[in-house]
This record gives sequence, structure tokens and C-alpha cells, in this order.
Amino acid sequence: MNIHNATVLITGGSRGLGRELAKALAAEGASVVLVARDQEALNRTVDEICSNGGNAQPIVADIGDKNAIHSIAGQAAALAGPIDILIQNASTLGPVPLRLFLDTECEDFERALEVNLIGPFRLAKVLVGPMVLRGAGLVLSITSDASVQAYPEWGAYSVSKAALDHMNRLFATELQDTGVQFLSLDPGDMDTAMHAAALPDADRSKLQKPEDAARRILEIIRRAEAFPNGARLVASELEVLQ
Amino acid sequence: MIAAARVRPVREQTRMLIIDAKTDQFTDSTIVDLPQVLRPCDLLIVNDAATLPASFRAKSPSGASVEIRLVSHIGESDWKAVLMGEGTWRIPTELRGLPEFLKVGSRFEIAQEFSAEVIEVAAESNRLVSLRFSKRGSAMWSGIYAYGRPIQYSYLSDELRLWSVQTVYASRPWAVEMPSAGYPLIWKTLLELKRRGIRVAKLTHAAGLSSTGDDTLDSRLPFPEQFEIPSETIEAVALARRSGGRVIAVGTTVVRALEGSHARNGNLEAGKGCTDLVIDGRSQRQVVDGLLTGMHDPAQSHFRLLRAFADENLLRRAWRHAAASGYLCHEFGDVCLIV
Repeated sequence: MNIHNATVLITGGSRGLGRELAKALAAEGASVVLVARDQEALNRTVDEICSNGGNAQPIVADIGDKNAIHSIAGQAAALAGPIDILIQNASTLGPVPLRLFLDTECEDFERALEVNLIGPFRLAKVLVGPMVLRGAGLVLSITSDASVQAYPEWGAYSVSKAALDHMNRLFATELQDTGVQFLSLDPGDMDTAMHAAALPDADRSKLQKPEDAARRILEIIRRAEAFPNGARLVASELEVLQ
Repeated sequence: MIAAARVRPVREQTRMLIIDAKTDQFTDSTIVDLPQVLRPCDLLIVNDAATLPASFRAKSPSGASVEIRLVSHIGESDWKAVLMGEGTWRIPTELRGLPEFLKVGSRFEIAQEFSAEVIEVAAESNRLVSLRFSKRGSAMWSGIYAYGRPIQYSYLSDELRLWSVQTVYASRPWAVEMPSAGYPLIWKTLLELKRRGIRVAKLTHAAGLSSTGDDTLDSRLPFPEQFEIPSETIEAVALARRSGGRVIAVGTTVVRALEGSHARNGNLEAGKGCTDLVIDGRSQRQVVDGLLTGMHDPAQSHFRLLRAFADENLLRRAWRHAAASGYLCHEFGDVCLIV
């Protein structure tokens, strides 16, 4: 996938991996549209990219809000043009400290599904149609090993990420031969605020930096066509990317 | 004919009246039959403009309530717009109150930090103005989506939301009203077209207002509208021509863009343009062979355009049949395919 001059929409783009991905993609000549709830953090990221000569646009929105979806898609297309690459990066753990699934409040599980699964579905529903019409596009969803491993106390997040992976496989199957590709990517544990919230006692020195993960993901985007449509990729297992 | 009073929850249940201009016949079907009706090598061209939240409730300097309806994007923060006075969307546009006369420099307050200033008043009607939003760039678009809502129709039972006024392939928000002929198309139908060798291409056309509530302005509809035709669509038209396929426009906006481009350039050219072309029974079509469109009353201006595709007597007979058979008209109604 050609990154230079591509238009990329990144959810959860104000901090952590989303922020580093935005910086890396913009440095490669992509036009990036960043979606996040925190306006100040979002503007800081956009300002940093623009001050380095990149092209970035902010959209303040909650991916878990159905009413925000056409607003995101419309603003993005108005500001940057049709979206070539959608990176579904925003996600929530739910309340921390994490709790046993049986202790999880129904509303907290619903919120995790809204942000981690239903929101990405709604965004794909709105943004993938134009990609199919153009015959090209990439939807990259950031997933986790929690989508395949049943870690105690990761219930809401884990279930939502497992469903996200399967949603990508379904889209890939239904839209085969349309030129639109769907990939799920597990970047591995990173030194981010979300990781610290989930596992406050983790040794941060052993965690990869989000900017290192972003560099690997850029390589995956470049080589996206080499992977089977609907594939779930684990960054650490892709030797060619190390 | 009865207007569809609700958003159709199942788009593929839309009925489709096929009008065959060559055999002078018409046939009942549904939109999901489209892949069987068209032929391999035919080319379907859609308008991929997304629908804007183009209606704003605002206060004039005197404190009066005003509705601003965007007409077209002029550039930067500037838009052409039509103003309406007191009254809600449940009152037909032509019965809405007149807005007070506003001079250049007047400011409408839409929200605490989002306003619009009158920068020009049209000579033909003080309802038609040019406005400048108080924000630019991403802040302007954020304001439009935060405070705007889709243009409403008085014949509908419920208020429209943005989800209800988009085609399944909507991309850039150029349309102030939905390019509704494409609304019944779902991906199952579009992918089946492709599977049968019928190509689907796109252009973007800034579909404009269907009504302003002012007779003088309404007589000038449609206003000049922006469009953009990608080079891939030009190639697809050429391929269809070479292989004996027909070019089928989805909606009158697509006809205006394609024929407008041809009329201006002498041939179909890729790129942006603006068309004020009026198409009627006297027009010689140069690009478009067939049309998928809504059910247009013979009294409507859209009906004039249909006469470029079929004999008026046939169109009137088909209309009477459709009305008697319970077809529905207007934005969420049924469609007809004229080939």
C-alpha cells in the first residue's frame, strides 16, 4: 500500500500508539485525520505534526457515539478527501483496576463493546463503501493477544477484541476481490498510559515504545497486499519486520 | 402519487418501474432486479456525494428565529444559502414565513461560538445570500456537523438524522440534499452488478436544494452545481462505448454532471466543473443512455429532464400506472429505470 499521499484516518489518534502512527505516517507524506475525545491532546499532536511539515487534521469525537460517525466521516472527507486507510486504533479497557468478568457491570461491558467493536463497525460501514467503489482501501484494526487468550479480569476488552478480529474476517470474506483489505494487528505490549492503567506494576523497561511499534506497523501497511485478506497478524512473529 | 412518509428501513424493498423507451412499454420490478435488467458491459454511474447537515437554526440580529439552508460551498468559510423565517420543518417550504430583510454585515448567531455573517444579498431575492461562517477549516466543519442537521421534508412523519440521508457509497459531503436515486442501492445489489460484468463508476455532484420557498428562486432551480468526474470514470465510459454497453446514470445529478461536462468541453473531461445545464425534451444526450431516478410528478421540474430519455406520452402513461399501482414518490419513495 502506498503511504505517500494516502489519506489516513486514525481513531484514538491523540496519544499512545495512535499518536506515534500519525507522526510516522505524516512523515512519510500521508495526510492524516486524527479522531479523539481529548481536544487538547489532539491539538498538541496535530500541531506537532504540522510544525514538522506534515499534514494533519483534528476531529474531536467519541467513536462509541453513533451520532458521531457521519460527523467523523463527513469532516474527514471534507478536510482531507476520501479515506484510503482506516486505522481502528481507539479502544477502552473499561474501569480499572480490571475486574472479573462476573463482577463487570453490564454498562461497562456495553461501553467496551461500543468503543472497541460497534464503533469500528459503524465507521467501517460508512468508510468502506467508498473504498469498494474506488476498488482500493485498507482497514487496519489494532487488536491484542487478549483477543485469543482468556486472561482473567480482561473480560470486556478481551471479548470486544475477539469480535473485532472476527468482524475483519467477515468483511474480508464478503468483500473479496473488491480491492479493499482488512487486517487485524496485535502490536504487542507497549509502554502506554492504557497499559499502565491495566497493569500498573509492569516493568516499563521491558515494554516496547509506541514509536517502535508504529515503525513496524508502517512496514505492515507498506506490505499489506502480501498478507491474506482478513489476516490477524502478530507483530512480534513477523520476522521480516524486526 | 402518495409521498413516502417514512425513511424506508429496508432499502432493497424499493419498487422499480422499468420504462423501455424503445418498445414504448413499462414493467414492474424491484431495485434488486437491477443486475438482471442491465446487460454485461453496461456502466452504472453513481453520485458519491455525502449529504451535509445543511440546515441551521439561528437568531437574526433582532432576535428573530431564522433557518439557514446551505445551497453551495463558495470556498473557505463562504457559502451560498437560502433563509427562511419563522416556522418549523413541518410547514411546507412554500408556506414558511419570510425572513426579515438583512443587510450585508448582519450576523446570525447559530451557537455561542459559531455564527455566520451576511457578505452578499442576491438582487433577485433577499432570501438568497452569501454567508461567511465565523470559523475556518476544521473548526468550520466541526461547527457545521455540531449544529447543522439534514434538510427536513414536511411530508415525512419523523425528523431525519444524518444516518437516514446517505447512500451506501457516500464520500465527500458535497450535497445539501441527498442524491436520492441511489438511496435504494445496497452493496448486495452493487456487488451482483459487478459479478455480472456490469461496471459501477462514480462522480461527485453537489446536489442542491429542491425548493427554496420563493417562486422567483424556484423557477431558477436547479442552481449551478459543482461536480467532479474522475479519470477512471471517463475511461469506464469509453470502455462501455467500445464494448457496446450503455451508460446508465443514477439520478439526475449524474446526468447534469456528465452532459454538463460534455456541453462545456465538447467531450467528456476528467476534473472539476460547474454546470447550469437545463436538460429537457429538446436536449440531445451525448453521454447518458439510461437513467435510474425517483418517481417524478409530471408537474415537477425533474419531469422535464425525463423527457430527454423517453416520449412524454409514455412517461405520462407510466406515471399514471405507477400512481394507480401504489408506487411512492419523493426522497424515500420508489424509482424508475428509463432505458
